[in-house]
Amino acid sequence: MSDPRPRVAVVTFPGSNDDGDAYLALELLGAEPVSVWHTTGALPHDVAGVVLPGGFSYGDYLRCGALARLAPVMEAVRAFAADGGPVLGICNGFQILCEARLLPGVLRANRQLEFVCADVTVIIESTDTPFTSSCAVGDRLVIPVKHGEGNWVADGETYAEVATRGQIVLRYLDDVNGSRDRVAGIANEEGNVLGLMPHPEHAVDPLLGPVGGLPILEGLVAHARKRVAALV
Amino acid sequence: MRVTVLIRPKAGVLDPQGEAVRASLGSLGFAVASARVGRLVELEIDADDEAWATNEVERMCDELLANPLIESFEIVRGSA
Repeated sequence: MSDPRPRVAVVTFPGSNDDGDAYLALELLGAEPVSVWHTTGALPHDVAGVVLPGGFSYGDYLRCGALARLAPVMEAVRAFAADGGPVLGICNGFQILCEARLLPGVLRANRQLEFVCADVTVIIESTDTPFTSSCAVGDRLVIPVKHGEGNWVADGETYAEVATRGQIVLRYLDDVNGSRDRVAGIANEEGNVLGLMPHPEHAVDPLLGPVGGLPILEGLVAHARKRVAALV
Repeated sequence: MRVTVLIRPKAGVLDPQGEAVRASLGSLGFAVASARVGRLVELEIDADDEAWATNEVERMCDELLANPLIESFEIVRGSA
């Protein structure tokens, strides 16, 4: 078992559009990506990680992520997360995880009411997650964002709890969308579920620009690999 | 039975859409101190029992139509 390629599911909802890049990035980083359709009621049994990719599931009808979280696959994702499996929600995936209450808060329209598409700098705020365990607090990563609804909102009480527990994993260096205290990424209490607005899957190949997404996706793959080893 | 649900951004929650509407009204010369933009959902429910229907719609709001973190809702019998 020199270098097992852990199987990582990439879920496709109607309207997902970054599933392809997530697939390619995972493959590049040594995982074996598995495409999973949203109507699937169960994840393949040997899947050791899950990515909910970016896009506009269900056309962002009602509220972004609100309809996707009712997809049959989400019950399986919930069970996988409850079992400690690493789940990464990127952009629309983050929105879905918030609507599913797997992550605190909710994402709303950018304060400037403009779609933002740019390479942004994020600061690592917590290394207590599989996705950031190879980083140091204060590390800066350059990763692109592209969203109209990335403004993370939580009430004061929720925010205080989340901050105290170290669930704020990434902050923007500069305000990008009005997100509370520049929150760019949030984890659950256990740290195995991470949602973030920036797109690490678009930042893994120097040919295409910054590579700030590498440590986050490498962290996912490394954790998935450990999970496979533990389950064998 | 027709039931209308009015969904509003909660007080204190920033409403960028409402703010844009307020600013645009201002540019048209209308002096508006504040604008909030919500959502309206009209439902046709096959039921005669109003209390039962209201209870059902409340559950719909809790489970899907409104996000309690940022939105409040009001259920109105008939068309709003």
